[in-house]
Amino acid sequence: MTPATPSTGPAIQIIGMHKWYGDFHVLKDINLTVEKGERIVVCGPSGSGKSTMIRCINRLEEHQRGQIVVDGIELTSDLKRIDGIRREVGMVFQQFNLFPHLTVLENLCLAPIWVRHMPRPEAEALAMSYLERVRIPEQARKYPGQLSGGQQQRVAIARALCMNPRIMLFDEPTSALDPEMIKEVLDVMVSLAEDGMTMLCVTHEMGFARTVANRVVFMDQGEIVEAAAPEQFFNAPSSERTRQFLSQILH
Amino acid sequence: MDAQGTSQGPILPPAGVVHGPLGWLRANLFSTPFNSLLTVLCLYLLWITVPPLINWAIIDATVSGTDRTACAGASGACWTFVKMRFGQFIYGLYPIEERWRVNVVFAVGILLVLAALSPRVPGKLWSGGAFVFVFPVLAYVLLGGGLGLPVVETRLWGGLMLTLVVATTATVVSLPLGIILALARSSRMPIVKGTAVVFIEVVRGVPMITVLFMASVMLPLFLPPGMNFDKLMRALIGISLFASAYMAEVIRGGLQAIPRGQIEAAQALGLNYTRTMGLIVLPQALKLVIPGIVNSFISLFKDTTLVAIIGLFDLLGMVQTASTNPEWLGSSVEGYVFAAFVFGCFCLAMSRYSQALERRLETGHRRR
Repeated sequence: MTPATPSTGPAIQIIGMHKWYGDFHVLKDINLTVEKGERIVVCGPSGSGKSTMIRCINRLEEHQRGQIVVDGIELTSDLKRIDGIRREVGMVFQQFNLFPHLTVLENLCLAPIWVRHMPRPEAEALAMSYLERVRIPEQARKYPGQLSGGQQQRVAIARALCMNPRIMLFDEPTSALDPEMIKEVLDVMVSLAEDGMTMLCVTHEMGFARTVANRVVFMDQGEIVEAAAPEQFFNAPSSERTRQFLSQILH
Repeated sequence: MDAQGTSQGPILPPAGVVHGPLGWLRANLFSTPFNSLLTVLCLYLLWITVPPLINWAIIDATVSGTDRTACAGASGACWTFVKMRFGQFIYGLYPIEERWRVNVVFAVGILLVLAALSPRVPGKLWSGGAFVFVFPVLAYVLLGGGLGLPVVETRLWGGLMLTLVVATTATVVSLPLGIILALARSSRMPIVKGTAVVFIEVVRGVPMITVLFMASVMLPLFLPPGMNFDKLMRALIGISLFASAYMAEVIRGGLQAIPRGQIEAAQALGLNYTRTMGLIVLPQALKLVIPGIVNSFISLFKDTTLVAIIGLFDLLGMVQTASTNPEWLGSSVEGYVFAAFVFGCFCLAMSRYSQALERRLETGHRRR
């Protein structure tokens, strides 16, 4: 499963993107380049458009102006391109969104079988290897509803990894979890980062941002206010809005 | 080790509970003065209705003989009528020497349905597929004739056989058509959505009788002269489309109950529309609306009696016709009771099956 001809450019390039919900201007002139292997944490107050921005990258939301280029392919309304990009971009949601009518193993095998046309035994072996990686192989035959929140989110990560993506998007992956389960999910994400996965992660876990991120992007009111390496971001933020936000979340 | 149980104190039985039959009676039938009153009232109602019914239907009933005189003087039900007309109630006016064909269709149909529905028999795909795709062809040839079999015109079809032909056709057609209509109505494409909305709303806004009447009386007026297709066929199409519109709304209810995140997760994995719907959304949505689907099937089964309006004689129509025969005047009650019993059995079976199915699909996982 070697990735087919990785392009030489950046993993994700967003140029002058705008998005409106009706008359409401949710995203204003977003410019962001994510290099291969780069780990970016996006933070900001609720309603600042951070989830919307990463959901534009795999076209769960449509942008109205500007360009999004994922791994050398520009996102347009062409369905073939959208499906092609979705195959290379994994996503993890706040609410896990596991398929409750399928077992954990079936959840993982679904896309490899139906999208990659992988034979079932091979897909199951792949799924088991990722379940081991997120340290819950013993739950393979259970249904999602029988697992704890932390386990469900780890299954969701493994499900995305089964498509062998080059980029992983995380949309507040720990926000719906009980405090004692956050760590088990973050541990998986840290180990993924150590393996060099390109990651774009919306989160409020500032500890994770500090230790894992190459860059922290701060958004407010639909704009990218500041993007800087974690040290600079946390110790010497350049904008007043960032300072205010940091003072609110870091007690 | 042995101190573990005692260190937490003895485990006491719940206070104030009387066990045994007396306890059950008190808890369930006589828990409050009002409940006691209701219990007594219900017992009284049962007492004045059930014994006379049993007397009429079984103890004082007549089954012997071949005509009305056998029942003369008896105070109970005259089942002789049902016995003598049983063939007509089941087969209608289908030629007696050809009835074996109907029996074969019944037998094959029952076997396939049992195989497809019972959880223990493997090969659901085969039995279900055979019932939906092969069985209709077989039934069409066997019942209608052709391929060396003498042709039996559909005007001779009747009784329970006709009821089942109409109900099965409408059921088999309405489920897939209903799914397609429901998906079309939830679509974002305006023309697809608009067509589905207009179809569903028009059909739902019209009574079944009108649909049948249109199919049988009005439709031929619009067809070119000389082109005339079978009355039963027209009724089947009318009823199937009618049932599909209701089915579509039931299924749409299920589609709406599936969280948006399920579709997003499927899309994010690269599944296209067909697979997202077929693998993720529909299996969950259909499971949610099993009670509604079976409800539609049951009401559809009973609605088949309306084909009498266009001169087709289903079970009820056959009973009605037979009881107006001078030979059997005054036997209509027995006929109606028989029809009610048959309809009751079918509806009860459907409802029990749906409950079992719900329980089976619910095991192992709960919805978030």
